[in-house]
Amino acid sequence: MSPDPALPTIPEGLRGVAHEPGVAKPDPILVVDGLRRSFGGVTAVDVEHLEIPRGLITGLIGPNGAGKTTLFNLLTGFDTPDEGDWTFDGTSAVGTSAYRVARAGMVRTFQLTKALSRMTVLENLMLGASGQHGERMRTALLPWRWRAQEQEVLERAEELLVRFRLDHMRDQYAGTLSGGQRKLLEMARALMVEPSLVMLDEPMAGVNPALTQSLLGHVKDLRDVEGRSVVFVEHDMDVVFDISDWVVCLAQGRVIAEGPPSAIGADPAVVDAYLGATHDHRALREERRRRREESGA
Amino acid sequence: MIETLFFDALRSAVGPTAASYALLAVGLNLHFGYTGLLNFGQVGFMLVGAYGMAITVSVFGGPLWLGVIVGVLAAVVLSLLLGAPTLRLRADYLAITTIAAGEILRFLVRNTGSDALTGSVFGLRQFAGDFYALSPFPPGDYLGPLRFNANRLWVTLVGWGLVTLLSLLVWALMRSPWGRVLRSIREDEDAARSLGKNVFLFKMQSLILGGVIGAIGGMVFVLALQNLTPEMFLPQVTFFAFAIMILGGTGTVLGPTLGAVVFWFLLTGLQSGIRSVVDSGAIPGVAGGQAVGAVSLIAVGLLLMVLMIRRPQGVLGNREELRLDVS
Amino acid sequence: MVSSSVPSCSVRSTRTAISTVVPTLAAALLASVAVALALALSLGASPASAQDAATTEESIGGRLAFEGEAVAGVTIVVASTDGSATFETVTDADGAWLVVLPGPGTYRVELQVATLPEGIGLRDPERSSLELRVFENSTSAAIFALGEPQEVESDLLRRILQGTLNGLKFGLIIGMTSIGLSLIFGTTGLVNFAHGDLVTVGAFLAFLLNVTLGLHLLIAAPLAVIGGAVIAGALDRGIWRPLRARQTGLIAMLVVSIGLAFVLRHVVLLFLGGSRQSYMDFTLQSALDIGLVRVQPVELWVMGLSVAMLVAVGLMLTRTRLGKSMRAVADNRDLAASSGIDVQRVILSVWVLGGALTAVGGVFLGMIESVDYLMGFRLLLLMFAGVILGGLGSAYGAMLGGLVVGLVSEVSTVWFSSQIKYVWALGVLILILLFRPQGLLGRRERFG
Repeated sequence: MSPDPALPTIPEGLRGVAHEPGVAKPDPILVVDGLRRSFGGVTAVDVEHLEIPRGLITGLIGPNGAGKTTLFNLLTGFDTPDEGDWTFDGTSAVGTSAYRVARAGMVRTFQLTKALSRMTVLENLMLGASGQHGERMRTALLPWRWRAQEQEVLERAEELLVRFRLDHMRDQYAGTLSGGQRKLLEMARALMVEPSLVMLDEPMAGVNPALTQSLLGHVKDLRDVEGRSVVFVEHDMDVVFDISDWVVCLAQGRVIAEGPPSAIGADPAVVDAYLGATHDHRALREERRRRREESGA
Repeated sequence: MIETLFFDALRSAVGPTAASYALLAVGLNLHFGYTGLLNFGQVGFMLVGAYGMAITVSVFGGPLWLGVIVGVLAAVVLSLLLGAPTLRLRADYLAITTIAAGEILRFLVRNTGSDALTGSVFGLRQFAGDFYALSPFPPGDYLGPLRFNANRLWVTLVGWGLVTLLSLLVWALMRSPWGRVLRSIREDEDAARSLGKNVFLFKMQSLILGGVIGAIGGMVFVLALQNLTPEMFLPQVTFFAFAIMILGGTGTVLGPTLGAVVFWFLLTGLQSGIRSVVDSGAIPGVAGGQAVGAVSLIAVGLLLMVLMIRRPQGVLGNREELRLDVS
Repeated sequence: MVSSSVPSCSVRSTRTAISTVVPTLAAALLASVAVALALALSLGASPASAQDAATTEESIGGRLAFEGEAVAGVTIVVASTDGSATFETVTDADGAWLVVLPGPGTYRVELQVATLPEGIGLRDPERSSLELRVFENSTSAAIFALGEPQEVESDLLRRILQGTLNGLKFGLIIGMTSIGLSLIFGTTGLVNFAHGDLVTVGAFLAFLLNVTLGLHLLIAAPLAVIGGAVIAGALDRGIWRPLRARQTGLIAMLVVSIGLAFVLRHVVLLFLGGSRQSYMDFTLQSALDIGLVRVQPVELWVMGLSVAMLVAVGLMLTRTRLGKSMRAVADNRDLAASSGIDVQRVILSVWVLGGALTAVGGVFLGMIESVDYLMGFRLLLLMFAGVILGGLGSAYGAMLGGLVVGLVSEVSTVWFSSQIKYVWALGVLILILLFRPQGLLGRRERFG
């Protein structure tokens, strides 16, 4: 199928789309416009225009401090922008609280995993299911009203546990899981919500290499088997180029390059951002420290 | 002497005061143990429950059942007032606001300006008649060496009955999906949010329910004493309830009950012990009544510190959970 | 259940940490109790020593008269200060009243102003309630001086000015004591519920040195401040630092601070007793009339010194290396650590500074009001209000917020009962949480 086995081909939906920042795509699931967020004078995110394609895997890359996590936080309602607008599936999502964003179908994971330590792995998953009748306080006391649904949720959770090879940990507290297992747990839990767009914040960070392959497989399955859209942040370029259909590069809060993996690696802006950034970063820290010592701020 | 001391302690451990504190702790456990809400003003809920009931009955001459409803509603209103500004903020804001609210309420009820309603520093009396009229026990001495009179026996039974009932309620709720969401909020509210749970709503429900249980505890407390004064609602009441909850095991159904019994047994035993030592004049220069109060409160403070440092999960706490340190 | 090997390893490290925390904690507490005990024993005869229950009879009484005429039918309320008992009586045809008490102790006597006949008021409207010590087998006299009721409306301006002055006086003390609270929060994330009781401990140390040992307050006060600083530093080293090293959760630490507050407060109760006490010096000064307001010289001194201290702390924070590092750590601990600041040392200095400032505040409060074991706890709630108003973690915010809270509560007494003056300050707290939770000088919290 692919002429070059090292790099995936450009999927149909993105053929003919120009490789430039802010380019329009045929069927975007998420469209961002003029989004800005600054912390005490430092601009963390400043995105003019960005479209995320539907049904594909989009990799979000950029040097440390490029604003990737802040962008995630803004889009999923965990932070409020200074200005800007974005639509999810055609509906404006500005000012929507985080839980509504999740219910609308945009579900995220966290860079530092948030396993619910003193709950079992199974409970972690079952929590994810939406629209549970038993979560209403009134019905909670009437088990016959939610028992059937609970059984369905349980079955779904158990399927996912098997798929993510966590079934042997079913009744362990999530706090006892290893870092990699937590990443798996969080991804599986996000799937319980049945999202149309999954936002993964560094899903491979801290995961041992043996597990990385299976995680990658899971991410691909999200697209290929379940037809979901995926956005993920990742530092490991091999991973990004391996599974992404499209790559967006962020630096200092701005989108500096977009394109298929085959094109992005050679993009001079990207190379510059990475090389320049390490340099810049150190210089910036020196500068901050100097300022701090001078003014005491 | 040891025997008197033992029966004093036991009498207190199974008595109505211990039952009211168990109720306060059941509510607090729902807040802190299951939802992770830091309510340092449980005494405020207790106060509005007790005053709501007593004012309705003794000032307006209403029936007892109406008084109970007023007390419960007052607790609901207080939860809404406290929760609305703070439940979206960091956990410590709720702690500060609730402890402040408890004190505000106490200042307000003891203020001369509210004399007509609350009896200011004198408090209120004559609201317990209806309640004791329901008692099925003829006058007499009950429970052998514990020497409960008929009224005390009645209020004790009602108190522990309520503890049982409300503990069952909490147990039933916590094993439902609703309870699962509450526990997930305790663990990490952002995770719950990212899964589409309306965290604010669940926190508010928990605050209200736990507050109402605290208000019921307040009603039992003043019904047992048959009067109420503002000085019964000092901030330390909340911290007794905290000590009870942690002693019994946070996030366990039986924790508050066990904690209340053990706590009051130890506290009363300690107080009687100190009193007999001080009265015998063994320690020169230390005044009687004050010393008993001070030393027992120092002991409560130390208990709270040592438990929190060594066994944050309490006596009944789950060992497995203990390993996963609370963060 | 299969227990995995990962947590058991963490359990072991926790245990070793515990084995260092608990003994240090116990040692610190034992030492403080021992010191307090020694001091108390040197006190000699504390209030009630040997009681003879059979013959005890204590009472409080008095006689109300206005221009030589007895005033009958006035309600007098006597309540023990611990709140355990309340008595009510009415003056008879001779204007006389007497309440028989259950025992010696301190009682609060309140004249219900509303029950006074038309045209008669208290000569000093502030003195409708008195606190009295009643000794064994004796009757204490409660004297209420009656006079023409004061004109209320005509001197509104005077009362507003007086309220403002009192508010400044009080607010400066709140601001000073709050700096430590705010900086401790900023540097460690701990909301220290024992901070108010450090105020009490400072005032109590000065009381021991001044009243028990007979040192002049000018010598006792600086020593108490040093003591307060040392105790705060010891608490950080003995309790908080080991807990931080164990990575104890903030909520757990908060509950520990509550326990500690209990211990400190009631150790003071044990040795100071439940009643209000005063220092030996600078009491009973006659008030000066300055323009429209009255103020005692000692109050002017306290205010002047408070301003000087706040300016000094402000300069220290902006000009000195240590001060800058304190603010840097409070601002962003990780960044500060990565730029080579010794964070643990800075935190210790914050505790020492905070301890010294609370002790100063405690002594000042003891000078202008009185010393009692709950003074710090009462202040704590106002300190919280001030710190949140100003912005948690900011030292300047604490100063500003403290001032505002002091002003609000004192100026409110112009229009409302002084019994509920704190209610207004705490009301401000709730308002600020609703509309600007980050406080006046705080910044929006950053996620992720």
